[in-house]
Amino acid sequence: MSLKPVMTGRGLTKRYGRVTAMDSADFDLFPGEVLAIIGDNGAGKSTLVKALCGAVQIDEGEIRLDGEEIRFASPMEARDAGIETVYQNLALSPALSIADNMFLGREIHKEGIAGSVFKMLDKKKMRDFARDKLTELGLMTVQSITQAVETLSGGQRQGVAVARAAAFATKFVIMDEPTAALGVKESRRVLELIQDVKARGMPIVLISHNMPHVFEVADRIHIHRLSRRHAVIRPQDFSMSDAVAIMTGAMDPPAEMALPEGAVLN
Amino acid sequence: MADDRAVPPRGPQDFEKVLDQSSTEAASFEMRDTSPLAKFHHFLHANPTAAPVVVLILSCLVFGVIANNFFSAFNLSLIIQQVTIIGILGAAQTLVILTAGIDLSVAAIMVLSYMVMGRLAVQGDVPAILAVVIGLGVGLACGLFNGSLATRARLVPIAVAVLSWVFLLGLDLPLIYVVPIGMIAGLAIGWLNFGPALELRLPPFIVTLGAWSIFFALNLWYSESETVRSQDIDATAPLLKIFGLRVELLGAQFTLGSFLMVGIFIVLWYALNWTAWGRAVYAVGDDREAAELSGIRTDRVLLSVYGAAGFLCALGGWAAIGRVGSASPQSFYEGNLDAITAVVIGGTSLFGGRGAIFGTLFGALIVGVFRSGLKLGGVDVLWQTFAVGLLIIVAVAMDQWIRRVSA
Repeated sequence: MSLKPVMTGRGLTKRYGRVTAMDSADFDLFPGEVLAIIGDNGAGKSTLVKALCGAVQIDEGEIRLDGEEIRFASPMEARDAGIETVYQNLALSPALSIADNMFLGREIHKEGIAGSVFKMLDKKKMRDFARDKLTELGLMTVQSITQAVETLSGGQRQGVAVARAAAFATKFVIMDEPTAALGVKESRRVLELIQDVKARGMPIVLISHNMPHVFEVADRIHIHRLSRRHAVIRPQDFSMSDAVAIMTGAMDPPAEMALPEGAVLN
Repeated sequence: MADDRAVPPRGPQDFEKVLDQSSTEAASFEMRDTSPLAKFHHFLHANPTAAPVVVLILSCLVFGVIANNFFSAFNLSLIIQQVTIIGILGAAQTLVILTAGIDLSVAAIMVLSYMVMGRLAVQGDVPAILAVVIGLGVGLACGLFNGSLATRARLVPIAVAVLSWVFLLGLDLPLIYVVPIGMIAGLAIGWLNFGPALELRLPPFIVTLGAWSIFFALNLWYSESETVRSQDIDATAPLLKIFGLRVELLGAQFTLGSFLMVGIFIVLWYALNWTAWGRAVYAVGDDREAAELSGIRTDRVLLSVYGAAGFLCALGGWAAIGRVGSASPQSFYEGNLDAITAVVIGGTSLFGGRGAIFGTLFGALIVGVFRSGLKLGGVDVLWQTFAVGLLIIVAVAMDQWIRRVSA
């Protein structure tokens, strides 16, 4: 059985004036895995991630989703293609309710004339769906789905953002520093969430500076250095200090890139 | 080197072991505050119209006791008539303020629109209904002009409007036709949505401050500083005054304009609360970047909001002809401030994303009730204005307090 990548990037290049933020970078994500992306500040990992989720348009290179070449003009297009992103700032509207936030930009309308002519929202359907999704991820100790997001704690907000991404993603979920602003306990909760989402077979791209978290949940670690992919390792084969050494150039990268079992690159 | 390659830990870190013994309620969404004040605080936070409703009821009761005639059907219907125009302008202003913007040109748009309606119908021999439609189009064009400067400005419509003015004036066409034709031409070209665009994203405060002067100057140029007289409107275009007609209801007289105002509020309430557009308006005002990342096309939403505001101002202009009787280019000089006052007293936050459209109706009514009650109580006009000023400051202070609920 051969495992084909969900998404591949080849020779991705992005320039801002004279600065090359990404120089012929490659990327592979396989089904069912958690792929962590680590790299020093300025290594270009956020440019890579933005290119994957449509927030940045690449100058050169090709991106393939399930083997088909694609190009996203906006985050909206990436989202329509089934790629959901949990942004570091979460991209939630504080004054709107949990349910409103989950459906922001993709509201469900009522059936019949009420929906087609008067564009009436089906609030009940959206609330029920939001409640189901939060319950699935074990977050439904929420007092009310109509509660404003600003009344939630940081970890709870992260939960809502992750639930939103997991509910609507059909290809994979990108999480940008999901534990960066959280305490020990809430970080743990989010790591569990990542495992839960992975357990449903949804691949995850995890960007993080937190080595213990990366080594705990990642199946493979993509190390970004000097604007391109420097190495891909398996957390079982290397220590955290090795990963940091490869990332900073203190150690040579392994000759071979780690691939999931049975994986085929075309 | 080999020693360094110890198997890395998979699973929780050592320091996290103690978490097992700690409380497991971290991710629950319990309410912590239970004191009556905190509950009240939360209630106000969740119901932005609650505060203005309470203030409105209280002020009615107080003035009912102080001033004898306050509760007469005549006085109450007079208050509603007096707040009609400000209510409509306030509704337009609420839309803009919900997006964390402000429109300082609402009154200028209204006056320009009704001057177009009045002059075209009375002096230009244009059928009244067509004059009204063109006036509404002029309001829409003004609103979209503001909106495009606050987002991305297409250059073609503005160029078309200005060039057609120059061209038509060169043909010696009278001014009363030239100005609206140019604006409608710009509006029509704008519909096609082509040509280069500038990503200006200018701050709305400055844009609409400039637009206020521009529209005001346009209005003086267009109207030649002349009023369209009431008897002329009656003679040639009574349709313009339709919102001044009165109907008897429950012993009180209401103008059709009052019904228009209430109708506008109902439509906006529906649009803001029951459509995706409404959610987008709140989301853009709340956190524009987050809205953008959530897939909302924020520029489009903003443009539609300013356009809708301009259109509503023009509708308000139609109602204003009915209310005032004539169409004067010098009226409603304080319309901007009165509209913002109604919005702020109505509990809509100037920082965007928070508030409710009906709050503005109650806000406008509160101002009307204060002015009427103080007048019936024999208080000088200057103290009425003083009281309205106090109301604004109290309303903003309340807003700040309510917003702190999450802290």
